[in-house]
Amino acid sequence: MSNDVPTELKYTRSHEWVRVDDEGIATIGITDHAQELLGDLVFVELPEVGAELGAGAECAVVESVKAASDVYSPVTGEVLEVNEVLADAPETINQDAYEDGWIFRVRLADPSEVEALLDADAYAEHAESEEH
Amino acid sequence: MDKKTVLNETHRDMGARMVSFGGWDMPVNYGSQIEEHHAVRHDAGMFDVCHMTVVDLRGARTREFLQHLLANDVGKLQNPGKALYSCMLREDGGVIDDLIVYFLSENWFRMVVNAATTEKDVAWIEAQAKPYEVSVEPRFDLGMIAVQGPKAREKAKTVLPGDLAASAMDLKPFSAAYAGEWFVGRTGYTGEDGFEVMMPESEAPAFWRALADAGVAPCGLGARDTLRLEAGMNLYGSDMDETQSPLTSGLAWTVALEPQDRAFNGRSALERQRAGGDLPKFVGLLLEGKGVLRGHQKVFDGDREVGELTSGGFSPTLERSIAMARVAADAGEQLTVDVRGKRLTVRRVKMPFVRNGKACIAL
Repeated sequence: MSNDVPTELKYTRSHEWVRVDDEGIATIGITDHAQELLGDLVFVELPEVGAELGAGAECAVVESVKAASDVYSPVTGEVLEVNEVLADAPETINQDAYEDGWIFRVRLADPSEVEALLDADAYAEHAESEEH
Repeated sequence: MDKKTVLNETHRDMGARMVSFGGWDMPVNYGSQIEEHHAVRHDAGMFDVCHMTVVDLRGARTREFLQHLLANDVGKLQNPGKALYSCMLREDGGVIDDLIVYFLSENWFRMVVNAATTEKDVAWIEAQAKPYEVSVEPRFDLGMIAVQGPKAREKAKTVLPGDLAASAMDLKPFSAAYAGEWFVGRTGYTGEDGFEVMMPESEAPAFWRALADAGVAPCGLGARDTLRLEAGMNLYGSDMDETQSPLTSGLAWTVALEPQDRAFNGRSALERQRAGGDLPKFVGLLLEGKGVLRGHQKVFDGDREVGELTSGGFSPTLERSIAMARVAADAGEQLTVDVRGKRLTVRRVKMPFVRNGKACIAL
């Protein structure tokens, strides 16, 4: 398994990734590194559509066979959509963390928050430093 | 710095993901815990259990000593090689450890105790053994590998030392055979058929690789935990410990109160507990909907808190979450569990959840 870190995304120290589209909507998931650490995922508790999230708020839970792990919103905004596929197929995150395994979408309240997140190099370094 | 078993390098070479596990650097999986779990249920898998400790007990009065030390009665062990599961208790009935004891001869019994409890176990056993003039020898020179699954014995046969392979295949469940320092017990901790094999430590890596070549899947301790949970087998430190007795841990079946004149450690405490009545019940739970139950989550009967989960997790065989719980004697059948602030409905079920590859409960 490779620990992919796509260069076009932004990252958090708590292992979420963020992709922002032209309309100011952020798609959020957990990184490939995070899914590999967690192992086989068996349940995802999704945020509620319409919920107002603050940056850093606990908003979802991913559970592997080993343990439960919180997912934090990297940005402030309203939840527009959640990835319903994960309700029946949580392993989608194991298989494709950055595309099909996205978790939720948020309308950004403050686009500048995204700029403050880690870029791919900084995240890769952070992930490596946590290895041991 | 975590301790390492003799197989540590082998695990790394073969691609295991290593984690710190009770003071030991152990493989948690070799890629996918769920695939390893299924390998054991449907074919054969193996586990490094070298961190567990073999303790040899020798002396003319060993049987008499063990009848004092253990809550189960080694008087039941009449044929050499036969094994027995038992708790070792404090005077107040608290469980010091759970273990397997093998009867090899009147002068030699062998026990296998848990890794995390080894130090306190050996100190306790030595102190208790003195009046019986029994020698207590921890065998840190032996390695141990568990080979489990419906095809485990067949596959292990091809790589066991020649003089042991034939006798191993003739073993009845919960019995052992040995040749030199190699020892094979038809025992395990997964709810499947299989062997636990002990050998000189230096020979463990080659045996591990030979088993892999014979088609036995290397497995991490993650799968060992989901397998034992499905099999309804208690985990020391989670489902019982020094604050609980076998009677409150679903292990009453391992306590031999007959014959009545056998004065074992903890006997009078257990008799008092039993006479007092209303002991908490140790039950199996099935989560009705989606989600994952985990140890220490609280159990409710209506608005009343009636106990907590001792261990819980996702069952790969049932594709549902299951748990063991200690609940009040008068807890009803309709229970809920507090999972991160939400009350999820659970159903009480009879354990085991899974045995020999098959679901034992209706879903």
